[in-house]
Amino acid sequence: MRKTLIIARRELLGYFVSPLAYVVGAMFLAASNFWFFHRIFLPGQAASMRPLFESMAYLMVVALPLLTMRLISEEYRSGTIELLMTAPVTDAQVVIGKFIGVVGFFLAVLATTLVPLMLMVVFGRPDAGLVIMGYVGLILLGSAFLAVGLFASATTEYQLVAAIVAGAILSALVFLPGAVVAYGHGPWSRLAARVNLMTYFKDFARGIFDTRGVILLGTVTALFLFLSVKTLESKRWR
Amino acid sequence: MIEVRNLTKWYGRVLAVDNISFEVAVGQVVGFLGPNGAGKSTTLKILTCYLPATGGRVSVDGLDVLADSLAVRRRIGYMPERVPLPGEMRVREYLTYRAALRDIPVSRRRAAVDRAAERCWLSTPEDMTRRRLDQLSRGYRQRVGLAEVLLPDPPVLVLDEPMIGLDPAQIRAMRELVTALGADHTVILSSHILAEVEQTCSHLVIIAGGRIAATGTPAELRRRVVGPSRIIAELKGAEPDELAAAVAALDGVSDVQHARAGKWTRLTISGDDESDARSAVAALAAEKGYPLRELRRDVASLEEFFVQITYDQSITQARREPA
Repeated sequence: MRKTLIIARRELLGYFVSPLAYVVGAMFLAASNFWFFHRIFLPGQAASMRPLFESMAYLMVVALPLLTMRLISEEYRSGTIELLMTAPVTDAQVVIGKFIGVVGFFLAVLATTLVPLMLMVVFGRPDAGLVIMGYVGLILLGSAFLAVGLFASATTEYQLVAAIVAGAILSALVFLPGAVVAYGHGPWSRLAARVNLMTYFKDFARGIFDTRGVILLGTVTALFLFLSVKTLESKRWR
Repeated sequence: MIEVRNLTKWYGRVLAVDNISFEVAVGQVVGFLGPNGAGKSTTLKILTCYLPATGGRVSVDGLDVLADSLAVRRRIGYMPERVPLPGEMRVREYLTYRAALRDIPVSRRRAAVDRAAERCWLSTPEDMTRRRLDQLSRGYRQRVGLAEVLLPDPPVLVLDEPMIGLDPAQIRAMRELVTALGADHTVILSSHILAEVEQTCSHLVIIAGGRIAATGTPAELRRRVVGPSRIIAELKGAEPDELAAAVAALDGVSDVQHARAGKWTRLTISGDDESDARSAVAALAAEKGYPLRELRRDVASLEEFFVQITYDQSITQARREPA
C-alpha cells in the first residue's frame, strides 16, 4: 500500500507540472462555467446543478482520455518502465498507484465546479442531497472512465493511440447501450438497459442512490484495472 | 552470488541468448563483454527481473528471479542502457522518489540522496540537484542513473554500458568509482569496449552471438586465448640464423623466429609463461658485441581475439539472416 501511494503521489505531482493537464483542466473549467452561466445561472431557472453534471459526464468522454493517455504509454516510450519494473514494486501496485494519482487530479479538476455551486448557494437554495449524489455519481463515473483510459494507455507506447482507444471504448460504453435500447428489441435490449452506465449516472444526478449503479460502475473500474495489470504483465513476455 | 544456468531467450523467432551458463562470486567485478547485439543487455534484463527467460534458471543470492522476483529486485541495483529518466522531474525529486520506491525510510531518505548525489559528483563541484532531468547532458544522466543505483546500497550492482557517452575524464572517474564499489559489492557491468573492462574488472565473460566465447580473469584469458607473451629484439652483427641459434640457447626461451628488417635481424622470442628473456638477450648482445636497436616485451592483448569474435559473429548472423 505504501508503494502504491508513493507512485500515486509522483503521478499526481506529475500532472501539476504537465502542460497538457492544465489544458484539459482549463477546457473542463471553461465548458462547465459556460454551461453554468449560459443555461443555469439565469432568473427563473431551478437552483440545480443537474444539467451541469449531465453535460460534464459527456464532456468526460473526451477529456479524461487526454488525462490518462500518458500514464503508462509515456513510461514505455521513454523506457522508464524498465526502471519501474525492476524496482521492488508489483505490477498491481504500479497500476493502482497510477490510477489513484489520476483520480486525485480528476478530483482537483472537479473541485473547480465548487465555485459555480457557491454562487448557487448564495443566490438560491440548491437541494443538498441532489448536489451530493451528483458528485458521487460524477466521481464513480469518472473513476470508471479513468480506469478505461489507464487500460488503453497500458496497451501502447503511443499516447495518441492510447487516447483514441480510450475514447472509442468510452463512446461504446456510453452511447451503444442507449442505441441498442432505442432500436433493438428482446433480450439484447433488456441487457443493454441493465448495463447502461449513463442511466445509472442520471439516477445519481437526480439524487437517487442506487446500489446497482455503484456496483456496475465499481465493476467496470475493477475490470479495467485488472486488465491494465494483465496488459502490463504481458508486456514482459513479448 | 549470481548463478546463470542454461539461460536461453527467444524474442519471437529471434534467438538472443543461446544456452549460456556462468557464475559470479561475491565481491567479483565482472565485465560482460561482447559486440553489439551479442545478448549482453538481454541477459542483464533477465537477471534484473525485467524480462522472463525462455529457458534456464537464473538465481541471485540463492533466490530465483521468477519465483522470488521482488526479493531479487531488492538485492539488485540496475542501471539500464541509455539511462531512461522521467524528463519532467528534478534530480533531487527523482532520487527521493526512487529512494522511497527502494524501501528507504523517510527519516533516512534525505541523507541517502545527499550521499548518493555526492558520490556521483552531482552536488559537487557543481550543484545539479535542482536541474530538470531532461536538461541534463549525457554524462550527467549517466551519473543520475548511477546515483539511483547506489541509493539503497544493494549488494549486487548491474550496470549496462555504464561508460558509454562519457568523456575521457568521466570514464576515468567512473572506472575509479566502479573499482571502489567492487570492494564491497558484486558488480556486473557490460561493455563492447574491451579496454574499459580490462582495467576495471576482476573477471570477464566474453559473449558473442548469444553464446559465451570465453570466461576468466583478464590475465587467464590473455594466456589461454592469445598465448604467452613474446619478446621482440632487433640485432645485427651476424647472420640471422646464427643470431637466432644464439638466442634460442638462452634459458627460458622455447622458440625463436627471425626475419630480416633491412640490415637488421628481427627476432621474435617466445618463452615460458613467466619468463622474461630481455636481460639475457641484452647480456648476450653486449658479450658478443652485437649492436641492439630494439628490445621490448610484446604483451599479448585480448583486442585481436575480441575483434575476431566480433567478426565471427557478424558472419554467423549474416548466414542466419536469410533463413
